[in-house]
Amino acid sequence: MREIVVVSGKGGTGKTSLTAAFADLAGRAVVCDLDVDAADLHLVLTPALERREDFFSGHEAVIDPARCTGCGICATLCRFGAVLPEGGGYRIDPTRCEGCKVCVSLCPEAAVNFPERRCGEWFTGQTRFGTLVHARLTPGAENSGRLVTLLKKEARAIALADGLELVLCDGSPGIGCPVISSLAGANLAVAVTEPTPSGRHDLERLLELCARLRTRACCVLNKCDLNAAEARAIEELCAARDVEVVARLPHDDIVFEAMLRGRAVTELPGAPMATLLKQAWNRLAALSELGRPAPWRP
Amino acid sequence: MIVAVASGKGGTGKTTVCASLASVWERPAVAVDLDVEEPNLHLFLRPVVRWREAATLETPVADPARCTLCRKCTDLCQFKAVAVLGKRLAVFPEMCHGCGGCLAVCPEGALGVGSRELGSVEGGETRNGHYLAGRLRVGEAMSPPLQRAVKARLASILSRTGGDALLDCPPGVSCPAVNAVRDAHVILLVAEPTPFGIHDFTLALEAFAPLGKPMGVVINRAGHADSTLTRLCAEKGVPVLLEIPYDREIAREYASGGVLAAMNPRMAARFADLRDALPRLIKEAAHA
Repeated sequence: MREIVVVSGKGGTGKTSLTAAFADLAGRAVVCDLDVDAADLHLVLTPALERREDFFSGHEAVIDPARCTGCGICATLCRFGAVLPEGGGYRIDPTRCEGCKVCVSLCPEAAVNFPERRCGEWFTGQTRFGTLVHARLTPGAENSGRLVTLLKKEARAIALADGLELVLCDGSPGIGCPVISSLAGANLAVAVTEPTPSGRHDLERLLELCARLRTRACCVLNKCDLNAAEARAIEELCAARDVEVVARLPHDDIVFEAMLRGRAVTELPGAPMATLLKQAWNRLAALSELGRPAPWRP
Repeated sequence: MIVAVASGKGGTGKTTVCASLASVWERPAVAVDLDVEEPNLHLFLRPVVRWREAATLETPVADPARCTLCRKCTDLCQFKAVAVLGKRLAVFPEMCHGCGGCLAVCPEGALGVGSRELGSVEGGETRNGHYLAGRLRVGEAMSPPLQRAVKARLASILSRTGGDALLDCPPGVSCPAVNAVRDAHVILLVAEPTPFGIHDFTLALEAFAPLGKPMGVVINRAGHADSTLTRLCAEKGVPVLLEIPYDREIAREYASGGVLAAMNPRMAARFADLRDALPRLIKEAAHA
């Protein structure tokens, strides 16, 4: 089974629009939206809901005012500034609590409860491109990385049960917790970038991360006609890192048009971009079979 | 006054707005990059960086000779950063959140203080103010501890200069984003009038509304003749303070590393209006 993850470093480069097109071209795959902070793929794929599950992750501290004597030990110990004085006692600010259990363990009165934390929910549904696995992280919640790991596990299980060879994932921007979880075990990372200073800078950091994790990466240069000098710099950056540029896509309003109509670009008749995407997809499919790259030394 | 520039969706133009605001700001101000995973503010403000230092998180170091395998630390740790493997205590520093719990509960002094490098904090000057940024080490998963290090620096600069701060925040609605906007007096949400943009904007409102701070909206790439976003803002009672038109010329300016407010006098005037609207927004919220 192969797993392809579309990532970008910089936000807004077109990950979701591309993933939708690849989902169309892949034919038989389980599609997975790992951008749990801001999942948008379901807006294009419009799944018919099959399963909805709560996502619990970790715990949160809650002070029981009836048992709290106001000694303040918890406030002294908490390294996250989550314990706030209130009416002679203390309360925990849930948005700051990391769920580390220090106050729970060291309260002399055992006045801190530690219930499980509900961080969101996840879904599976049927779409015209196959099963979609996606989630909604509770806004302001944490553990997006764990939710990503759970979604990938579910997607692989569905692929296995349905005899499918491919899991295709839409990732989140950045290089932190959810992205590291997204890349774990992936056969190929597709880095979507744009020829702007931010696009290049973020791509550099993302490719560095892929190299460290020994995840094979390729690059899609989106809106490639925005700035010739930046586009060249990105080509050079990719060449130096032995990262293939599988597509150079000109800025085209059809991408926006497709989003408005809730369609993948490849579903709109006569789009020249569809041909480029098809070529890109064929390259991706081939690259995802190559196995891990050799350790990269800068 | 601390202004946070945030958004649920990536790529809506947070850095563009933050850099432009910084360039038209009249009072002393610090432009702060809190998008530590992908810091880009420096690409537009082109600051002179005067200093850079490593930021670390306190993590435990095991002394197996002293450990009696009582498991008090492993029972406490919620992040699988300490574990007993066979007959030996092992520490996984990259999993550690730095809560200090294991150090506090070990009766044998078998855990010492070590550290993990989170990345770096850097500072300097722009043409008209201070600059401060965090840069996450590639491979490090956690943004909030580094953001805290940046904020500690910011607090000391602000207490010395008494100026304002403009925060370029990470996208999304999870801990890094909420952590970034937490200390702000006003939140500027940058949104775009597309189906994805509107969906993620709704999530951002949901994430930030509980913080009870005044919020305003900048609509970027406006003019796609879709009024859904404008209607939504009116419905939710968040004022639209600026609309940046959808324009190839603006996109090209951005692609060449230019600051939008410096593009032409008309743009500069628009950002000056945005700047002047912020204190009014805070005042209105205080009266409400």
